[in-house]
Amino acid sequence: MSATPATPQMSDAALEEARCRYVLRLADTALVLGQRLGEWIGHAPALEEDLALANLSLDLIGQARLLLTYAGELEGRGRDEDALAFLRDAPEFLSLTLAEQPNGDFGHTIVRQWLIDAWQLEIYAGLEHSVDNRLAAIAAKALRETRYHHRFSSGWLVRLGDGTPESHERMQSALDELWRFTSELFTPDEVDERLSRAAVAPSLTELAPRWSARVDEDLRAATLTRPALQPYPWHGKRGVHTEHLGHLLAEMQHLQRTYPGARW
Amino acid sequence: MSAVVRKMSSEHNLSSERELEVRKLLARVPDPEIPVLSIVDLGIVREVREEADGRMRVAITPTYTGCPATEVIRALVRAALDAGGYADAILDEALSPPWTSDWLTPAGREKLRAFGIAPPEGSVASPRQLLGSPAVSCPRCGSRATERVSEFGSTPCKAHYRCSACGEPFDYFKCI
Repeated sequence: MSATPATPQMSDAALEEARCRYVLRLADTALVLGQRLGEWIGHAPALEEDLALANLSLDLIGQARLLLTYAGELEGRGRDEDALAFLRDAPEFLSLTLAEQPNGDFGHTIVRQWLIDAWQLEIYAGLEHSVDNRLAAIAAKALRETRYHHRFSSGWLVRLGDGTPESHERMQSALDELWRFTSELFTPDEVDERLSRAAVAPSLTELAPRWSARVDEDLRAATLTRPALQPYPWHGKRGVHTEHLGHLLAEMQHLQRTYPGARW
Repeated sequence: MSAVVRKMSSEHNLSSERELEVRKLLARVPDPEIPVLSIVDLGIVREVREEADGRMRVAITPTYTGCPATEVIRALVRAALDAGGYADAILDEALSPPWTSDWLTPAGREKLRAFGIAPPEGSVASPRQLLGSPAVSCPRCGSRATERVSEFGSTPCKAHYRCSACGEPFDYFKCI
């Protein structure tokens, strides 16, 4: 199917660059979502949920650290996980637009979490079989954590969606607002396609129906209605973000930007 | 795995004594969050091997990707190796195969119970394990009439439970 490259070296270089961008996308999505969840610490509706969101955040930041370290090595410019997390500006972040959306109320945070959990379940499960051993090892580890996250987020989705009229309405409105960001999750671009051809990453077009089926199943249990498909104006994974990411980074990076090299 | 162990022990007969000594050192390194457990009980020591140049190689795997104890554990292992005369040992991180609670040793499980933390019930071999909520025995009175208070607890590896029989709250080491 794929055309034979005229110069193998050029093709290899392009593959390596795509690999680095792909790993950064996974890393940045985990990091940005982890940072968002951290904003709940001390503010969640109950102590148990405070603990839960902090634990989810910790897992996501742990995944981001492994992925950022790998991305830094692939990039080969001497940037480690900290340099990548704290010294890049918003256009250099390749996270999904959905991840940076503000927390809203607890239900809103749950809907965002559940949509990304379901996405990570498919991506990490696919990456477990990657020809890239490093990526496969990270994914295998992250997949176990993500299963636990999805159990938590889908559990709350059902309890609140199928709860009181007030909780149902709030969950439906969160879903209606966030759904427009989901078309980005499975719309492949040249990076996704190149890596999928090289068996480094799973094919997004193959994963999409599996995600869709899982989402429908959870929504049915939660008595929520899947919103209509929306056009695709979001490009977080290409570095084009909503205004929210800059504010998130300002808070996350403030210390390193103000006191460069400060250590814990 | 047993084939690998056999191969290693036959090829490294002379060094197995040093490997055993390092393993003994590591068996005294506590988990910083649950100090009754050693890192060997926890199942995170993946390799102890003597290199051709005589240096020892130790590989540790993290429990959870974000567990803050991971870095403390590395420092503790490094200190134990230094103190034991293995200052030139190589300390590796092994990610694969991923750690799960199935790697806890039987001795580790008993230590947890005696400490008041319920050890993981069953095996994570099937992802279906996560779908149900397993019956967890109270580590104090042994009753299985317990309820989950929170899926998350004081550290990434624990959930929070309460015993309906004796009324005590307790930590459950997650099966994950």
